[in-house]
Amino acid sequence: MNKEAAEAYWKENISLILKLLVVWFAVSYGCGIIFIDELNAITFGGFKLGFWFAQQGAIYVFLVLIFVYAKKMEAIEEKYDIHE
Amino acid sequence: MELQSLIYLFVGLSFALYIGIAIWARAGSTKEFYVAGGGVHPVLNGMATGADWMSAASFISLAGIVSLKGSDGGAYLMGWTGGYVLLAMLLAPYLRKFGKFTVPDFVGDRYYSDFARTVAVICVIFISFTYVAGQMRGVGIVFSRFLQVDVNMGIYIGMFIVFIYAVLGGMKGITYTQVAQYCVMIFAFTVPAIFLSLQVTDTFLPQIGFGGSIPFQFDDGIRMIDSGTYLLHALDTSMTDLGFGAYTVSHGGTWNVFMLTTALMLGTAGLPHVIVRFFTTPTVKGARISAGWALVFIAILYTQIPAVAGFARLNLIKNLQNVDYAKFVNNEIEGNSGIWFKNWENSGLIAWTDRNGDGKIQFASGKAFEGAKGKPKYAEGRGASGERLTANPMPSHTANADEMRANGKIVNELYLDRDIIVLANPEIAGLPNWVIAIIAAGGLAAALSTAAGLLLVISTSISHDLLGNVLMKDPVTGKSKMSEKAELLSARLAAIVAIVVAGYLGIHPPGFVAQVVAFAFGLAAASFFPVIILGIFYKRMNKEGAIAGMLSGLIFTFGYIIYFVFMGGDKADYLWGIAPTGIGTIGMILHFIVAIIVSKITPPPPQHIQDLVESIRIPRGAGAATH
Repeated sequence: MNKEAAEAYWKENISLILKLLVVWFAVSYGCGIIFIDELNAITFGGFKLGFWFAQQGAIYVFLVLIFVYAKKMEAIEEKYDIHE
Repeated sequence: MELQSLIYLFVGLSFALYIGIAIWARAGSTKEFYVAGGGVHPVLNGMATGADWMSAASFISLAGIVSLKGSDGGAYLMGWTGGYVLLAMLLAPYLRKFGKFTVPDFVGDRYYSDFARTVAVICVIFISFTYVAGQMRGVGIVFSRFLQVDVNMGIYIGMFIVFIYAVLGGMKGITYTQVAQYCVMIFAFTVPAIFLSLQVTDTFLPQIGFGGSIPFQFDDGIRMIDSGTYLLHALDTSMTDLGFGAYTVSHGGTWNVFMLTTALMLGTAGLPHVIVRFFTTPTVKGARISAGWALVFIAILYTQIPAVAGFARLNLIKNLQNVDYAKFVNNEIEGNSGIWFKNWENSGLIAWTDRNGDGKIQFASGKAFEGAKGKPKYAEGRGASGERLTANPMPSHTANADEMRANGKIVNELYLDRDIIVLANPEIAGLPNWVIAIIAAGGLAAALSTAAGLLLVISTSISHDLLGNVLMKDPVTGKSKMSEKAELLSARLAAIVAIVVAGYLGIHPPGFVAQVVAFAFGLAAASFFPVIILGIFYKRMNKEGAIAGMLSGLIFTFGYIIYFVFMGGDKADYLWGIAPTGIGTIGMILHFIVAIIVSKITPPPPQHIQDLVESIRIPRGAGAATH
């Protein structure tokens, strides 16, 4: 694999990671800590939304993020023909 | 069957299973011993990682912490799961491609320095031993309560079991045993959680029941809570009544919750016994997927924990408030047996003192016992209702107890150790005996699986990193002078030494096992996380920067925790109000800053190191791990 392709691949990887980490930060620190009081004004069932994110929701989103990353990286690696 | 026989049966069966697996999966080479031959299926590897990660603390203590802290318990739930996102994206795939056995391998090779390697080895050993001491203690507690044996005897039994499968099987034995332990552990946690959910909210899944409503009414001591109230509303109301503050509202302050969550997340991503799990998958792709599967298996437990915490808190108020002590512990109250209460009181984890002399238990906020950090100091003999007497002085706030009562407040008479929430929960809820018996097997599975993983990391660090790559290194070839056979033997010997030391720490706990956990996470966050991230994502990072960064992060974090936890530093002097549990976050930032500045003013790393960084970024060609 040549140098340009390697750099382009790495750039795509980094930009994907940054996008997903923004979501990671938003659901955990954002919804579960910083804006927890504001979100607690919204309720569904017995849950206050901020509390739900801190104790349930963030974990579900983390799961989705890892599998999205793994899936997208597979596609990127196929594109650059560096898959295993 | 009798409860005791059931416990022996379940625990005995699970132990037989672990030993059987150990014999089947004996390790024949260093590669099998260190990384299970690098051929473990990602789903199984994820399951083993889950068992490795979820310790006695997750299984036994976490629901208790969340139950106690309410909303702020989210820091632990998010911190100990969110780290896996970082692992999957920022560490696991590249370390897998790097293709060695250990974290010090990476630090030493990437920074072309045996000094850096040695610092890393010392960190690994320190972090892992603090952690393992806590596990052995967990084993001791479960044994002493459920198997009616002495705590020390319990630890010896635990040491023997771990010895068999860690020393024989190495990583291969441990990985397959952990798969079995995960199954035991998750079954043991889920069954009582479902029972509780059905009982408290009439809903099958705890994660849903947590947001459901209660099908009964109960008296919190101040008012009657109606049937049909949402569980969390009932908790908010009754806990506010009792002076604890609403359950679903944060009381810890955003800043400290933020710092603690960050230290736990980055610590998780930097813990050597977690990182090493991703060296065992066959491919880079497998390492990413495996992190996802690990989190799936962890999330199955971690999403139930807050639900169980909530159910337990409600049950405590409902079953204990204003209940007559003598009738309760003698099982004379229909549908509310207090035999568990008496058992745990005898174990020293519960204490009650009848402040108002009405013979009934009152439960509210505030210390029930003065001195000894709020813990009871038992005295000889029994009180008027048959309770264990205590020697603590009266708490200062009870001086105006009459005034409090006149104002419609409740004066607390009860001490409950938070560690019993999960273990006592099934008994509090009156669940069948076999459910209680599997909890004992589950607690042991959680403690043993983590202890084994840690012991392996310690023994690998000693035999492979310290002996093989530093002390016995051939100065000419740069390779280890030990033969494969000699290294495998030394790994096994190191594992034996590590087990003996861990057992000693469990039998003679340094008295601060709970506090030292802050150490493990703080140090992992301040040392390994930044040095690995920079090694992968910043090609210009050199030896000088890495060493300066590691040392400054470590010394700062170490010093801060020592000063405030062990030398009695005053809370008022906290840096920006940060508690020692969250200080690893600042250590991590310091590490990054120092490392980058130092590397900018010193020469760049040699070309072959820059090529190495290029190559670990590209997944293709991730062969099996090599020396």
